[in-house]
Amino acid sequence: MADRHSTSMTVNGNRIDLIVESCRTLAEVLREDLGLTGTHLGCEHGVCGACTVALDGRAVRSCLMLALQADGGAVQTVESLCADDGRLGPLQQAMADKHAFQCAFCAPGFLMTAHCLLAEGREITREEIRAELSGNLCRCTGYQSIVDGMEAAITALQADHDA
Amino acid sequence: MAAFRYHLPGTVEEAVELLAQYGSDAKVLAGGQSLIPLMALRLSRPEHVIDIGRIGDLDCIEDGPGGLTVGAAVRQAEVELAPVAGRAAPLVAAAMPYIGHRAIRNRGTLCGSLAHADPAAELPAVALAVDAELIAHSAARERTITAGDFYLGYLTSALDDTELLTGVRFPPWPRRTGWSVQKVSRRHGDFALVGLAAVLEPAGDGRVERAALSFFGAGATPLRVREAERVLVGERPEPALFAEAAGVVTKALDPPGDNHATAAYRAHVAGVLTRRCLAEAADRARGA
Repeated sequence: MADRHSTSMTVNGNRIDLIVESCRTLAEVLREDLGLTGTHLGCEHGVCGACTVALDGRAVRSCLMLALQADGGAVQTVESLCADDGRLGPLQQAMADKHAFQCAFCAPGFLMTAHCLLAEGREITREEIRAELSGNLCRCTGYQSIVDGMEAAITALQADHDA
Repeated sequence: MAAFRYHLPGTVEEAVELLAQYGSDAKVLAGGQSLIPLMALRLSRPEHVIDIGRIGDLDCIEDGPGGLTVGAAVRQAEVELAPVAGRAAPLVAAAMPYIGHRAIRNRGTLCGSLAHADPAAELPAVALAVDAELIAHSAARERTITAGDFYLGYLTSALDDTELLTGVRFPPWPRRTGWSVQKVSRRHGDFALVGLAAVLEPAGDGRVERAALSFFGAGATPLRVREAERVLVGERPEPALFAEAAGVVTKALDPPGDNHATAAYRAHVAGVLTRRCLAEAADRARGA
């Protein structure tokens, strides 16, 4: 007998009510039940960071959480980063401008980790960016371009803020 | 992961009732950053999962005359950022950035790491260094276990199948006491090849009154090297003394060897960390 429970959460601003089996992770429910396949599953045990989403504004590994643990929370996935008209958001645009990613399998995790970091709105050095992104693995780029993109995003957001 | 029955107790009483009922068929879920990967890899297949993450009474950090108490639902990131933790338990706060990555600490709990008893993890060694007291509840009783009695073996603690670790108490931090936590790992955020949590408490005359050298990644449990601590006590905290203690550490430890590092390398690094940590702890003790 499957062990099912009802749960509700906010996903990208929309209230979602659903019934999930207890053994399913947040990542699985986002992808399979809600069709939000922007969140990628790489290692499925918390090492690669591809599945990173924001839960109540904080970066978390969606493969290391039961969906039921997100009950009552506000989840943001990579799909929330673009503008309503589908254009890239400022973080995505900065990453694209710097050719941050190649295959981009890891991109959703990097973007959500970066998004949570940018939302803190504090000054951050390149060294700190490297440390903060160290929980996300990229097998293509060697990371320099991703850190460049992150720096560009900070500059762009700062300019936006000052304008 | 394999299917299980999910339980969401609202109180400690409900949680320990469930543990009394299901015992070894149940696993306690707090932040899940150790348990969920084990379940994802099918290394753990509990029939019942008891989620204590919503028990309000366990979500507290309190500084009192008895020390700093951290409840079992408190996440590592909260401890890392809480000013009270930095003041009342500086070694605990200092260890946090070494644990995994931010996204892990945003979910993982301090007590979860203590109860998981991974010998390569930072927090069990920190608890052992400061003689923390772990508070366990079962349906039948409440008891306090000192960190020195808590770690019995690899991933094995003194908690029995019906007990819930509800909190940990870190004794009041003595003034002028220096600390240091350092580790060597292949990549940032990895478990330690070897790490050390050190405490150095000087007496009024500047000599060492109390020293703790608590290693992680150096055996089946976190390990204090008492022989080396005894070398330090009563002496002036100076580089030559630290080097002597380091030599004792390297001889005393019998760390594991694996494909990441040989036993000899780990023992050598433990000595190096002894020198580095004691120098940093001594600087902090002088500056405080």
